Amino acid sequence: MDPYKQLDFFALEDQFTEDERMVRDAVRTWVSERFLPLVQAHYEAGTFPMELVPELAELGVFGSNLPEEYGCAGLNNVCYGMICRELERGDSGLRSFVSVQGSLVMWPIYAYGTEEQKREWLPKLASGQAIGCFGLTEPDFGSNPGGMTTVAKKDGDGYVLNGRKMWITNGTVSDVAIVWAKLDGEVRGFVVPCDLPGFSAPEQKHKFSLRASVTSELVLEDVRVPASAIFPEIKGLRGPLQCLTQARYGIAWGATGAAEACFSEGLAYSKEREVFGKPLAGMQLAQKKLADMATQITLGQLMMLRLGRLKDEGTMTHSQVSMAKRNNVHMALECARTVRDMLGANGISLEFHTGRHMCNLESVITYEGTHDIHTLAIGHEVSGIPAYR
Amino acid sequence: MKIVACIKRVPATDVQAKVAADAKSLDSAGYQYMTSFYDEIAVEEAIKTKEAKGGDVTILTISSKDATKEVRECIAKGADGGVILVDEDWMNRDCRATAKALASKLTEMGAELVFMGRVATDRDNASVGPMVATYLDWACVTNVVELEVGDGEATAKRETEAGLETVRVTLPAVITCDKGLNEPRYAGLKGIMAAKKKPLEEAACEAADNQAQVLSLVLPPPRAEGRVIGEGADAVPALIDALRNEAQVL
Ligand SMILES: Cc1cc2nc3c(=O)[nH]c(=O)nc-3n(C[C@H](O)[C@H](O)[C@H](O)COP(=O)(O)OP(=O)(O)OC[C@H]3O[C@@H](n4cnc5c(N)ncnc54)[C@H](O)[C@@H]3O)c2cc1C
Repeated sequence: MDPYKQLDFFALEDQFTEDERMVRDAVRTWVSERFLPLVQAHYEAGTFPMELVPELAELGVFGSNLPEEYGCAGLNNVCYGMICRELERGDSGLRSFVSVQGSLVMWPIYAYGTEEQKREWLPKLASGQAIGCFGLTEPDFGSNPGGMTTVAKKDGDGYVLNGRKMWITNGTVSDVAIVWAKLDGEVRGFVVPCDLPGFSAPEQKHKFSLRASVTSELVLEDVRVPASAIFPEIKGLRGPLQCLTQARYGIAWGATGAAEACFSEGLAYSKEREVFGKPLAGMQLAQKKLADMATQITLGQLMMLRLGRLKDEGTMTHSQVSMAKRNNVHMALECARTVRDMLGANGISLEFHTGRHMCNLESVITYEGTHDIHTLAIGHEVSGIPAYR
Repeated sequence: MKIVACIKRVPATDVQAKVAADAKSLDSAGYQYMTSFYDEIAVEEAIKTKEAKGGDVTILTISSKDATKEVRECIAKGADGGVILVDEDWMNRDCRATAKALASKLTEMGAELVFMGRVATDRDNASVGPMVATYLDWACVTNVVELEVGDGEATAKRETEAGLETVRVTLPAVITCDKGLNEPRYAGLKGIMAAKKKPLEEAACEAADNQAQVLSLVLPPPRAEGRVIGEGADAVPALIDALRNEAQVL
């Protein structure tokens, strides 16, 4: 078994079923043995370890909560959450890869797609033979995607797409893109193979965050897709927003994993590191930091356990997801900053994990709804008054 | 072919050993468990053999009921079912009692080829495999690092102090597996879901009484702190003196 010890202050272990623990342990072991030895080099090079995609597929993490008939593992949502948590214990870039593939590409095809779209894409995406990306954000429209300028025009028996997307995870390495564009002024979703004429996905370089993840522009210049490429029923922003709810659910779990990784590194280090003749962990200031982190992580874990059960019962709401994403990512970023500091100069070295997590979480707190946008979503829910504009 | 892989559920490698109040056993409160390292190699070899030659693989263990997680993890890798011989005192059974109980179950199951770890990582006896073979009156090859299963026979390479030995045995046989024989696969998530639907039998363990009795258990004394003798070439004479007269290794 993996020696990595996750904080479990409130003895939540027995709240998970045997299957859920088995799934977690399988992913945990894989991350420790296969991913962690590679992550530093990929982070420095600014690349995603594509060589691990077949192993991730074999493990079964792509669309793991979708049904077996499409080649997926058919797990419940608590399992899916635990997978995200273990992956992000490794790196937010790894979890992002899996979130995008599963929640932002496979999920909409499963939820909105025709049977033909499902049969064509889901088995390929589950087995890693195809990689997907999700194009919603544009250079001028991030938090307010309703303003998007990417357009689709009816053309004979198909559509022609024009526009530009930005900050798209996996764009350059994708075989298929879920593109959101306005058709007659209404947001619609299209399943777009990336090898079509007029489609290109140049990589966005020079990131200091989420470096072990590919981020790209999507450029659509008169990209002609057949009529069968459109999601037939779903219309309006509800389409992309429901996908984001799926992905954010996983992110909220994932963030606890990043926080746990930092806490575990900080705890071990502060017990070993002697300052002024005694272990750092024995100093009151350090203990305050450890106590605060342990408490916040535990609160995050409790929130996710409950949220996961609600999702499996089918009663989870998008504002609950907003609360969990907002709280846990912020909490993880605070933990990472605190541990970064406790590690002293070592904290800025990539030979330790915390600095990498800290930089990564600066992306995670922005994407999938910024911290502030989720504040407004929760504020809207509790007051009944929208304050976005 | 009826293939069985025997596994032992052992304390996780990082647990802190503490002697129990009886001064004869370990206090297992708060222990985390795992499948013994070499048994994972046995499970992998059993599954590989099935994939190459056909048949089915059953995971067999003597353990408390809590071993369902470890057994299912092994099933998830590609075995067809599992059996737990339930014995709440499994940690304290001696090798003979353990081997007798396993041998009798293996006979009942109609096993034809049995894989076990070279040694369990908790007690380090390396005895149960050969003892099971003895009770069954089967051939046994220990410390196997390479295996070729044919029709009614197998050729195994085993690592010995003197070098690599190649042995041919007729089946049925017990093979104890050493590091290097294979690279155990990961349990995939689909395998974990599929494992839920495969049979996992719990049967009472009719273990014989222990013949070997533990009289006492004492933890090794804490290691003395290291000492810096000096620095650079000037310290070499003092180092040689310490190695010769204190440590008495020169
Ligand atoms: C590494 C990375 C990967 C990404 N991957 C994807 C992807 O795969 N697909 C995709 O579609 N997008 C992706 N994104 C884009 C991401 O979702 C957007 O960056 C995010 O939604 C924020 O949009 P923006 O950058 O335009 O910021 P803006 O919307 O311009 O926000 C700037 C600031 O203004 C604040 N703000 C905005 N509106 C309000 C308001 N009403 N009141 C108060 N404050 C407000 C924000 O909170 C923020 O602090 C990714 C981003 C990153 C960094």
